[in-house]
Amino acid sequence: MYRSHVLVCGGTGCTSSNSPAIIEALEREIAKNGLQDEIKVIRTGCFGLCALGPIMVVYPEGAFYSQVKVDDIPEIVEEHFLKGRVVTRLLYDETVDGDSIKSLNETNFYKKQHRVALRNCGVIDPEDINEYIAKDGYQALAKCLKELTPKQVVQIVSDSGLRGRGGGGFPTGRKWSFTAANEADQKYVVCNADEGDPGAFMDRSVLEGDPHCIVEAMAICGYATGATEGYVYVRAEYPIAVQRLKKAIEQAREHGLLGKDIFGSGFDFDLHVRLGAGAFVCGEETALMTSIEGNRGEPRPRPPYPAVKGLFAKPTTENNVETFANIPQIILNGAEWFASMGTEKSKGTKVFALGGKIKNTGLVEIPMGTTLREIIEEIGGGVPNGKKFKAAQTGGPSGGCIPASLMDTPIDYDNLTAIGCMMGSGGLIVMDEDNCMVDIAKFFLNFTVDESCGKCTPCRVGTKRLLEMLDKITSGKGTLEDIDKLEELCYYIKDNSLCGLGQTAPNPVLATLKFFREEYVAHVVDKKCAAGVCKDLLTFKIVKDSCFGCGMCARQCPAEAIKVTDYVAPGKKKPAYNIDSDKCVKCGACLSTCKFKAIVKE
Amino acid sequence: MKTLEELLAIKSVTKKTMLVREDIGDDKIKIVVGMGTCGIAAGARDVLNAFVDGVAEKELTNVAVTQMGCIDMCKYEPIVEVTVPGKEKVTYVNMTAEKAAKVIEEHIAGGEPVSEYIK
Ligand SMILES: Cc1cc2nc3c(=O)[nH]c(=O)nc-3n(C[C@H](O)[C@H](O)[C@H](O)COP(=O)(O)O)c2cc1C
Repeated sequence: MYRSHVLVCGGTGCTSSNSPAIIEALEREIAKNGLQDEIKVIRTGCFGLCALGPIMVVYPEGAFYSQVKVDDIPEIVEEHFLKGRVVTRLLYDETVDGDSIKSLNETNFYKKQHRVALRNCGVIDPEDINEYIAKDGYQALAKCLKELTPKQVVQIVSDSGLRGRGGGGFPTGRKWSFTAANEADQKYVVCNADEGDPGAFMDRSVLEGDPHCIVEAMAICGYATGATEGYVYVRAEYPIAVQRLKKAIEQAREHGLLGKDIFGSGFDFDLHVRLGAGAFVCGEETALMTSIEGNRGEPRPRPPYPAVKGLFAKPTTENNVETFANIPQIILNGAEWFASMGTEKSKGTKVFALGGKIKNTGLVEIPMGTTLREIIEEIGGGVPNGKKFKAAQTGGPSGGCIPASLMDTPIDYDNLTAIGCMMGSGGLIVMDEDNCMVDIAKFFLNFTVDESCGKCTPCRVGTKRLLEMLDKITSGKGTLEDIDKLEELCYYIKDNSLCGLGQTAPNPVLATLKFFREEYVAHVVDKKCAAGVCKDLLTFKIVKDSCFGCGMCARQCPAEAIKVTDYVAPGKKKPAYNIDSDKCVKCGACLSTCKFKAIVKE
Repeated sequence: MKTLEELLAIKSVTKKTMLVREDIGDDKIKIVVGMGTCGIAAGARDVLNAFVDGVAEKELTNVAVTQMGCIDMCKYEPIVEVTVPGKEKVTYVNMTAEKAAKVIEEHIAGGEPVSEYIK
């Protein structure tokens, strides 16, 4: 029996901050001290607090070590593991309470969270099916197969009020009932793990931290809808997720939890993994299925909907990873339990990937109805460097933004839609006063222009024209008329595009126009970018009376745009320098080198 | 897998190995073994492991076994403190693996402190 378990985050975030080397060092030091039979090292999925990675938690004490370095390991092993003295210096400061350690669940970051989809992430070894089983795993599947009819399963999912977490928010139970109602010799279940929104990593974290819950949920969906085969479509850029998912499927097969006659019920179900090459449009359900079939990932018109004619032209249920992750818990705890969380029309919790100008970058799961203010100020720890919060972007390239004035809106599907924003799949990017909203819109348009598949004209050509107009505005060549044209084109693209990509691509423009129109106007009328982002509207100047003539800036300038003048400011010994605005490339290198703050950006 | 019983069997076996990851609440019996240099030199590691294994063997789920550093009573090491919720802390001295077995049997499981090991 191991007396201590050391859980090290092996999610993508901590892996890139070198948690594999930490695990190696731990195992080496543990062996060196002869502790290998007493202390067990476990590689888990994401804990959520990615900003503090690599992360490691030591039980039974529950000591939470953050930003661990390989050099710290010998000390931790000798002091803590061997002698029982927790190395306080390396603990996450929020968990230190005088002489004792506070539980992670009491810290600001975790206190307001409620983990349903992420319940096992950072808690179990995702590569060990037994640990999943120990946490009630596969019991929901057993319950469905042994005690419930397919109809009853669909009813429970419907009653729970679960809505699709992939962005659309369609009621999951209703979707399942459509597929269930269609007779066919073969039906399919598809899991959408394409996760194309820039900055989003909720689905990746579920697959990395708790892959078995997706396997179990898809089998349940198969039983409920009459499908015997499933596909998980996951992007190839998620190698850790792919590897763990494949391993989970293998283990489930070995245990007879996938395959023929599961739990002696006569129900057969098996799963396959398909890798996507990272095209955003392949996250759209019809394009995704076309891609699984081995064809170029292009969307097709709906109807027919996938429930009628989906994968390989058979009735298919397609859901997002996070949607599936909720299913086993709903079956085990009941529809009422799930429906007791959240708001009237948005039940349960939602996982958000917090990024941008925020202290606690990471993954959070909150009950629906939590306000943006709670997420940013309490859980997220606020905007760093004393800057002011300006807006939060949700829904990625299909979404909009929530300005500071609406920070107290309870977040759910309908409230966000009402303010002209959208829930999206859960990317939440925080912006401060240094972000230009026109530039943000341009960033997302750049993305959609790249990612438009080209099949329909409104999207292919329309997004390109939108981007050109935004370019014109940010380079100071726009007019007020351009803003009106921009808006008109947005609506045209929305109304006429074939699939969701084009239909939502103008959203970042429309939302920023709605809340920050004055910034657009400032760009075209005053030719000013208040945030100081749009380079063409900036000028760098040396305040000649503040210049000591040290010449540091001139040495830094890559464009040789800074030259000495013959003006010596009163009280200074050397002549001042000057920036030739024709040569200046506005890189900002001079700004950061000037010790006397004599260079200004306007 | 053909039956629910098979699943539940795996669950109960694995759950026991994962107990160590549960939060140590105030409702748990705490066994704290002194693992300062003095304690280790006097054989505290054997004592610690004897408690861990003994608790697991008896399937006691409401017990947390942890360590502490030196508490300046080095000549009495290995020292073990046992706190049962709602009761006074009991300090055992000069412990061994054999004595640990008896403490588990009589105190942890039975509720009666082993007075002969108390200083
Ligand atoms: C351009 C585009 C990209 C999409 N990308 C994703 C994605 O990466 N993941 C996802 O789950 N849904 C994505 N969707 C939504 C899917 O089409 C589909 O609605 C969703 O996966 C359904 O599952 P749900 O009901 O569980 O949310 C995308 C839609 C569009 C239009």
